[in-house]
Amino acid sequence: MSAAAQFLDQAKALSCVHCGLCLSYCPTYLETGNENDSPRGRIYLMRAIQSGQLGAEAAPVRHVDLCLGCRACETACPSGVPYGTLLEQTRDYIEKNHRRGLFQRLLRWIVIEQVFPFPWRLRLALLPVRVIRLLRLGFLMPRFAREMMELLPQRLAGGKLPAERLAKRPAKGQVGFVEGCVMPVLFGNTNESSAELLQRQGWDVITPRGQGCCGALYAHSGQLAKARECARRNIAAFEGQALDAIIINAAGCGSTLVEYGELLKDDPAWSERAEAFSAKVEDLVTWLDESRFAVSGSDEKVTYHDACHLCHAQGISAKPRALVKAKSSDRFVELAESDLCCGSAGSYNLTEPEMASRLQQRKVQHIIDSGAEVVVTTNPGCLLQIQSGLHKAGAHHVRAVHIADYLLEGESDDD
Amino acid sequence: MKSKADKKDLTRRLAEIVGDDAVLTDEQELVVYECDAYTLQKNLPTAVVLPKSAREVAAIVRLCADLDLPIIPRGAGTSLSGAVLAVDGGVMIALTRMNRVLNVDPRNRRALVEAGCVNAWITRDAEKHGLFYAPDPSSQPACTIGGNIATNSGGPHTLKNGVTTNHVLGYEMVLPDGTVEWLGVEPNGGEEVGGYDLRGAGIGSEGMFGVVTRALVRLSKTPPAFKTFLGVFASVEQASRAVSDIIAAGIVPAALEMMDQLITQALEEAYRFGFPLDAGAVLIVELDGLANGVEQQARQVDEICRQNKASEVRLARDDAERAALWKCRKRAFGAIGRLSPNYVTQDGVVPRGKLPEIMRFIRTVSERHDLRIPNVFHAGDGNIHPLILYDERDPAQVKRALQAGDDILGKCIELGGSVTGEHGIGAEKIDFMSRQFTRDDLEAMQQLRRVFDPEKRCNPHKMFPGAKRCAEFTQKKQVAA
Repeated sequence: MSAAAQFLDQAKALSCVHCGLCLSYCPTYLETGNENDSPRGRIYLMRAIQSGQLGAEAAPVRHVDLCLGCRACETACPSGVPYGTLLEQTRDYIEKNHRRGLFQRLLRWIVIEQVFPFPWRLRLALLPVRVIRLLRLGFLMPRFAREMMELLPQRLAGGKLPAERLAKRPAKGQVGFVEGCVMPVLFGNTNESSAELLQRQGWDVITPRGQGCCGALYAHSGQLAKARECARRNIAAFEGQALDAIIINAAGCGSTLVEYGELLKDDPAWSERAEAFSAKVEDLVTWLDESRFAVSGSDEKVTYHDACHLCHAQGISAKPRALVKAKSSDRFVELAESDLCCGSAGSYNLTEPEMASRLQQRKVQHIIDSGAEVVVTTNPGCLLQIQSGLHKAGAHHVRAVHIADYLLEGESDDD
Repeated sequence: MKSKADKKDLTRRLAEIVGDDAVLTDEQELVVYECDAYTLQKNLPTAVVLPKSAREVAAIVRLCADLDLPIIPRGAGTSLSGAVLAVDGGVMIALTRMNRVLNVDPRNRRALVEAGCVNAWITRDAEKHGLFYAPDPSSQPACTIGGNIATNSGGPHTLKNGVTTNHVLGYEMVLPDGTVEWLGVEPNGGEEVGGYDLRGAGIGSEGMFGVVTRALVRLSKTPPAFKTFLGVFASVEQASRAVSDIIAAGIVPAALEMMDQLITQALEEAYRFGFPLDAGAVLIVELDGLANGVEQQARQVDEICRQNKASEVRLARDDAERAALWKCRKRAFGAIGRLSPNYVTQDGVVPRGKLPEIMRFIRTVSERHDLRIPNVFHAGDGNIHPLILYDERDPAQVKRALQAGDDILGKCIELGGSVTGEHGIGAEKIDFMSRQFTRDDLEAMQQLRRVFDPEKRCNPHKMFPGAKRCAEFTQKKQVAA
């Protein structure tokens, strides 16, 4: 029994006392009933790999791959095990010590490394999709590509924000805005709405030009070195400005931005700067003031889906509900299993389509059962996943919208 | 193992019953099944199967009978006594895919559930009818009804509501020869059943009579009013006296729980509830019932706490604060991960009046073995849960932890109590059985067991002295550098 490299933070790994309270909060365990697909089981596997009892071989890697990284287990864990950190450390080790099949290698390389983190490449990649859709040639594509295509919204709306937009009422201060990679390409309107909301609440919105991908896809897939590069670039881009906060409207990116401090803690030149950056990061929902919204005249029933990286990774679940309720009042209905992952999980729905689709169906069924006509959420991945799920289920009467767009609906311009 | 089947053949035959994706025989995937929440003993099962129906369970059990293989029923694996440890290998039947609430019948206040259904899900589905499932073990968000039946689980609210056996009307069980029986009240049957109460015999049998596949449970009406107090005391002794006085006054609180200083400190770090960090002990007292009665008892409880020198008696302001308090209490075991890499939870019972004595004794044990032992327990029924903290990387500490547990449980017997309140004997507390029971008592229990399982293949090597132990008793596997 040879000891493998010490990739796990030993103290963090040992803080799991194997009580099992996480089990029924884990989406994959709920689906498979297999302890290997549970947080407690995965930590057991990670520890076994670390001790050398198991190698980074196909079976354990399979179960670590199947993890969504939704971190619902962290919400459930009484011991405060930082599961997300352990997962990233394990995936980093696996990427260096395990060779995957050709298809998975190619898929991961294209999706995670070459396309998503670069808005212009994403835009380019979407060109053929537009053409195929226009000519209705989808049936010619292989299945995995069709599934990828189905995830894309029917209307692709891009749009970049100007470098600076001034507050629409006496300014309280200025905030930086993180555009993200997917947002400006697929949800340009949502970035527009977010900036508009901030301006109306009295904030100048600065969108620094040097920013890039937050690094979440790299970090979640075990490429910590690349994730750190992204972090350094963004820290540098925002550092020069006097900002009251750095606002992000994508929960998945936000959860990585708030962890730059942890990501760069061993880099003496950057650790303090990373801490300072992370301390300023706020999700859009925490920065908006719900008392500024009046109950809207619409009679649509509304529900809310918790993006994992907002509610589990950042512990934010009351504030977005307060915002949605401010507009919907008694038309708000709670969603069953609202904090259970929808299966999107970054690039997961591309690398693990089968499990992603099971969770998508589960989520969509709950949405339909709730009777809501609008489902509001805070993350582009969830939006894509839920929109395509509703489409597949034929639930055309239900809209999935980002909270920024929802909050702006029906608001008058002169507010 | 006397198995006639080689592993490949076993894998194939199990897969014929449940499908390929429901059979695990690769050691790399069996590792996570080598223990439950009691991690001092570990051993790999020969196979794990994940059936979806009672019919599949019966077919697996018949196959194991043909091959003379042990069967180990398993739910969520939250047992604290090694109840689902595969001591001698065998086929582990995990009921985690049979986890549905099949129906809630509010008129008759019953629910029919599959054995792998998580305890808390019953209340989740029943609460819209103003009903709940009463037994509430701390692990209720994860543990399953099948496991609750096996150990006759309790929880903080057992003081007033009773334990699992008071709330499970009947259940379906696959006997070790593969026949399927329904014991007790049937899903559409009347409340009373003639003959011996075999249902009652099976509850608490620790999975040694067969594999439970469905259960019919009783639902209770949610009380109209609650009052939940936090009493703050300088010492465990003072809090214990308050407990005795509350019971002596004829009050039956829904729950009466105590937590000592080490526990409240860990919980405060985890949940920031606002526990006083300098208090020697805190009591959680919950009263429920009709508003008037609760009001009057609340005044009495407040007075009794103050007579026993409570420095503060705090009433939960609203449902949210009450929920926060219970969240802290129920997650107390898990929060221990903040204090120590490992712990072993003891589950002893003493007569209520002996609580101060056992608490003093635990303190001396803690000093003698140089181990921290926080306490969180059901004070109302004298059910103590000392949590012995150790580090499995240090073999000497492991030995001292085991000895400390032995000392404490020995004292419980001496004081007229028991070595288990609700966690069961499992693999952990076998040695105590002959100290608590006479040879004749144990033989009578074995006779009952043989009625259900003449070949002793169902969850073997548990509960009775003379059982086989795992060759490797802890710490070798998860060695840390």
